[in-house]
Amino acid sequence: MSTATTTTELVETKKSGGLTGAAANYIDERTSISTAVKELGRKIFPDHWSFLLGEVALYSFVIILLSGSFLTFFFHASMTPVEYDGSYLPLKGVEMSAAMASSLDISFDIRGGLLMRQVHHWAALLFVAAIGLHMLRIYFTGAFRKPRELNWVIGFILFILAMAEGFTGYSLPDDLLSGNGLRIIDGMVKGIPVVGTWISFLLFGGEFPGEQIVGRLYSLHILLLPAIIVALIAMHLLFVVVHKHTQYPGAGRTNQNVVGYPVLPVYAAKAGGFFFIVFGIVMLMASLFTINPIWNYGPYDPSPVSAGTQPDWYIGFADGALRLIPPGLEFVWLDRTWSFNILIPLVALGLFILVVLIYPFIEAWVTGDKREHHILDRPRNAPTRTAIGAAGVTFYAALWATASSDIIATHFKVTMEGVIHTMQFLVIVGPFIAFFVTKRICLALQKKDREIVLHGYESGRIVRLPGGEYIEVHQPVDEYERWKLVSYNDYKPLMIRPNAKGKITVGQKARAGLSRWFFEDRIEPVSSTELERTHGDHH
Amino acid sequence: MTTISTPKQSGGRKAGRRSPLASVALIAIGLLFTGGAYAAFSTSTASAETTAASQQTVGEGQKLFAANCATCHGLAAEGTGSGPSLIGVGAASVDFQVGTGRMPMQLNGPQAEKKAVQFTEEQTAALAAYVASLAPGPALPDASLLDGEGDAANGAELFRINCAMCHNVAGAGGALTQGKYAPALAGVTEKHIYEAMVTGPQNMPVFNDMNISPESKRDIITYLKYLDTNPSPGGFALGALGPVSEGLFLWIFGLGSIVALTVWITAKSN
Repeated sequence: MSTATTTTELVETKKSGGLTGAAANYIDERTSISTAVKELGRKIFPDHWSFLLGEVALYSFVIILLSGSFLTFFFHASMTPVEYDGSYLPLKGVEMSAAMASSLDISFDIRGGLLMRQVHHWAALLFVAAIGLHMLRIYFTGAFRKPRELNWVIGFILFILAMAEGFTGYSLPDDLLSGNGLRIIDGMVKGIPVVGTWISFLLFGGEFPGEQIVGRLYSLHILLLPAIIVALIAMHLLFVVVHKHTQYPGAGRTNQNVVGYPVLPVYAAKAGGFFFIVFGIVMLMASLFTINPIWNYGPYDPSPVSAGTQPDWYIGFADGALRLIPPGLEFVWLDRTWSFNILIPLVALGLFILVVLIYPFIEAWVTGDKREHHILDRPRNAPTRTAIGAAGVTFYAALWATASSDIIATHFKVTMEGVIHTMQFLVIVGPFIAFFVTKRICLALQKKDREIVLHGYESGRIVRLPGGEYIEVHQPVDEYERWKLVSYNDYKPLMIRPNAKGKITVGQKARAGLSRWFFEDRIEPVSSTELERTHGDHH
Repeated sequence: MTTISTPKQSGGRKAGRRSPLASVALIAIGLLFTGGAYAAFSTSTASAETTAASQQTVGEGQKLFAANCATCHGLAAEGTGSGPSLIGVGAASVDFQVGTGRMPMQLNGPQAEKKAVQFTEEQTAALAAYVASLAPGPALPDASLLDGEGDAANGAELFRINCAMCHNVAGAGGALTQGKYAPALAGVTEKHIYEAMVTGPQNMPVFNDMNISPESKRDIITYLKYLDTNPSPGGFALGALGPVSEGLFLWIFGLGSIVALTVWITAKSN
């Protein structure tokens, strides 16, 4: 309050603020907003391109909200059959649901409708992709460590919700592609033993496809899911402000400070401008490139399935899992059909999602580290984590790529069966290969860093000694560079310690085992004594 | 047609000369003969030339066949271990296979690839005439079925139900088993589309006139030609391959350019 008073006095005495000053003062006297502006405006953000990926996700979400609101004005979420009478010739007179007919009207008969549909869809693809990339940045730099574990969980739930938003939206136009997608979901639900059929009937209001599903998905798509997403985004951002932003290691950067520019005026301008850049790129894509041409797919009819029927990219991994599962895993037992060709992918993907969700807690338990971390790890300095990440990315990417197995087959002139078998190999063996290769690369890079700190970098200057020997002169790295190379956390495997009762529990053993697996191969950062010892030894 | 049917009926007459139906048959033959003669008279000069010409064409086709096709299909088109019999495949089949360059086949593979056409139109016609002369089979389609003036909406629906599972809803093509594939349909001529439907080349099933009537085939052709002449209203179609090409485009160009811009924004100005 005191600050507000001082500002008032200042304005009254100087009277040089003009209209802006007067307006600001007017608002401040009634809302005390200056405290918030002062706090937020002086918030420091470090500068790095990878810190803007989350912003891209946020901005795409804003674009989705804007374009989506436009679409709701004209979309009819009803499956009542109507005869299409719009201006797209090859569908004229065809019977379809009101949802499909209104989507076609948006595309062909409402000014700007097609552009808005394409903006909405491209921005949706971008939204999920940006979240994915943002999550990878968080993971590989260890930004999920204390105190940010909960924000990782919120972010990951946002990723899942974004996929749910995408899928419900994909199903709304009730075209052939969306109906095929729903049919797969229906099949997966029905594959769950005992309750599957009941859930399916509950979901679709009777036998698939019924006349309910579009209306129900619409409620989820425009009401429930966006509301949860907005709330979680608010929490996510609040946590960013509370925790302060992380920063990469560097001279002058510590766990206690944040080196960068303040929000006002630098970041407000940069981020504001960046919103328009993202908007511009989405607009450019939407105006030049077709997305989801529902007029080609036609209305949904349960009999036809087009070649090249795929979900949008973010559901691809699940589609791929279904394509990879070998046949012959379905049998009848206890008078029920057990579809393990559906259950195995469901359980495998569920476990994968669960592990990603709780990974920060697993790592915290393994390291036993209770400190706060505001300095990011360079991926090489956490070799096991980076290797686990690479394994996860490989697993996901192989599943994802499999969703396009037919397109891979036609475009690279290979057999469909060959693609499937290669992918089956990659999904199972690929992660192990990725793990070992990545871990070795990380350790090798750490060794290189160590070498550079101790013996300098190769200068390229070759000198011939009097004895005839040739040597390359090594130059010592400067102090700024050295800071980056030596300042990282070094963990040692945890010792097994008996608890208060003097017992070593199974949990303790598991923890020690995991910790050993995490940290048995490690390269210690160069210590100052080591540095002293080699000083002047740059040959 | 009438001139051909007369001798057939006269052959039957010999067996049942005393039958009570003989007089009826006699009247029928008489009527047919007069009608046939009248019809023949009006076009006799023209058809005489065509017959002579087609006889010559068949001969030419036979020579071309012996030189280019017989290695695999046999000298009398009876088929060998390396190629199927062509007796009864009809002119439409030859016109499609040779007219799109699939035959003569360049190399053995999962299926015959489309390539540069090896024969002139006259030569193709001669080959087709020769194969058609061996036994009846699907003939070349009538021009009225190829005008692309049918009902595109009906054609589109039939295409989605009968063709899209292999050829994709927008005719972009798709994968089949063991390296085989359904080719993209953009730019395929009306005649070849029709011939493919009636003859079922490579792995394609035959859609005979009982499955899809000639008028409906005309509608399908109309739809495909509509797609050829009307570019996607939404902009570049990205191959009309569906969500895969959209996703790839988004990741590489969409997110790629945005990441490039983030690097630019955070680059130190000094």
